[in-house]
Amino acid sequence: MWSLSGITSEINHWLYESFSPFWAVTIEMALVCVLVITLFAVLGLILVLMERKVSAYMQIRLGPNRVGPKGMFQTVADTVKLLVKEGLTPAGADKVMFNLAPFIAMISAMLLMAPIAFARNFQIWDLNIGVLYLSAVSSLSVIAILMAGWSSNNKYSLLGAMRSGAQIVSYELSAGLSLLSIVVLTGSLSVSEIIQSQADGWWIFKGHLPVILSFIIFIIAVTAETNRAPFDMAEAESELTAGFHTEYSGMKFALFFLAEYVNVFIVCAIAATIFLGGWMPLHIGNWEGFNKIMDYVPSSMWFFGKTFFLIFVIMWFRWTFPRLRIDQLLNLEWKYLLPISMVNILLVTLIAIMKWHF
Amino acid sequence: MNITEILFWFLTALAILSALMVVFSRNPVHSVLWLILVFFAISGHYIMLNAQFLAIVNLIVYAGAIMVLFLFVIMLMNMNSDSEPQKNKWLKMAGTVAGGSLLLILVAALKNSEVQYQKVEGAQGTIGLIHNLGKTLFTDYVVPFEISSVLFLSAMVGAVVIGKKD
Repeated sequence: MWSLSGITSEINHWLYESFSPFWAVTIEMALVCVLVITLFAVLGLILVLMERKVSAYMQIRLGPNRVGPKGMFQTVADTVKLLVKEGLTPAGADKVMFNLAPFIAMISAMLLMAPIAFARNFQIWDLNIGVLYLSAVSSLSVIAILMAGWSSNNKYSLLGAMRSGAQIVSYELSAGLSLLSIVVLTGSLSVSEIIQSQADGWWIFKGHLPVILSFIIFIIAVTAETNRAPFDMAEAESELTAGFHTEYSGMKFALFFLAEYVNVFIVCAIAATIFLGGWMPLHIGNWEGFNKIMDYVPSSMWFFGKTFFLIFVIMWFRWTFPRLRIDQLLNLEWKYLLPISMVNILLVTLIAIMKWHF
Repeated sequence: MNITEILFWFLTALAILSALMVVFSRNPVHSVLWLILVFFAISGHYIMLNAQFLAIVNLIVYAGAIMVLFLFVIMLMNMNSDSEPQKNKWLKMAGTVAGGSLLLILVAALKNSEVQYQKVEGAQGTIGLIHNLGKTLFTDYVVPFEISSVLFLSAMVGAVVIGKKD
């Protein structure tokens, strides 16, 4: 059958037949790089347009509708504008760090792509501690933000970076604990094994209330971790002009902007993989006919459908809730979410030991 | 030279170069960033030894948490190389002598050890995998493990007590 995993295994065979193993691996790495960069560019274009259309829908207006049919090429035009803009470096800035920071933000977002399964058997690197890798690498984006904020030599940038650091370091805890609840249930840290364990039903349906609770906590925590409203303290345009990227312009600003949207995609992909079964189709108990029909939908469609639904939910948050104050934000994490997720993980462990899940 | 060796020498050179840059850079923020690079290179070595769990924990604990706190503190202190008082010449010399003697002792201690005759098992050892590590920690070393967690708890309580205003 024609599928993504079939294509990749055929390319793999062909490369190993025509080249030595060294060159085959090198060419495969280059191919993966090209594919990931293309995915980044396409995701940036689609997600920015989606954000504008969703915000327009929430606010009962039309949104971009001039460039192309229904404003489809608006983001392409914006990208061209950002490309030809001048990239300024402030006089008092630390030049090397200022210019390096946007690339570090991009690289840390790119590294997160590795263990995500986009379709059946379509994964860059299935390492045996995939979930741990995801939570480790997603915490590195804070380094880029701190670098950008400090090197700009601007008080607003520094304040934005500091807020962002406090926020990411604290919300990482409850995001990690809620991922851990599924690790306890499956007994494995590997992403492919977690997906495989959801063949007879997604964890959000199988794991009773505690898993639903940890799913909700995970969504709240990653909204904070990606610095999006209502937790966009790092930018907070009414207080800090533009937060950590106040001094950035042109393509360097665009890289930060792109990294934010790609991070949103990745955290939604993680949530879809861990809680909603990744590329696994929706199966209900012993409804044979229904399950057969669901199997005909391609696995990549399932993955992207779930991911884009979660992205829509996160955009929905942004245009519905007002921004929190920094002390409310830290109170929410340390006084509510963290104790709840700690008790929750005890409940999940109890369920896993007593085999109460389906 | 296969791809493993190329990676090994690249990571080794990177680790040593960035470790030297930690010491030699004049700006403390640059030092912290070089230190993060050192941790990345060391994590790469762990992955080459098939110890993925150790590699990732190294990243979470050092590059992700401790270094971010370092960056926080150093950025807020706003230390400039120009305005900082420089240590006097004799103190610098004493530091060099002390560091050099430590290096000498380490080299002397490791010179005749068995370690240097053993070849590294690249990508086949299993002790760094989470399954084996967890078993060892919770069977052979369970008492030291629990005692160290009590130590962490007391450190946390101490931090809260110091941080309280009144």
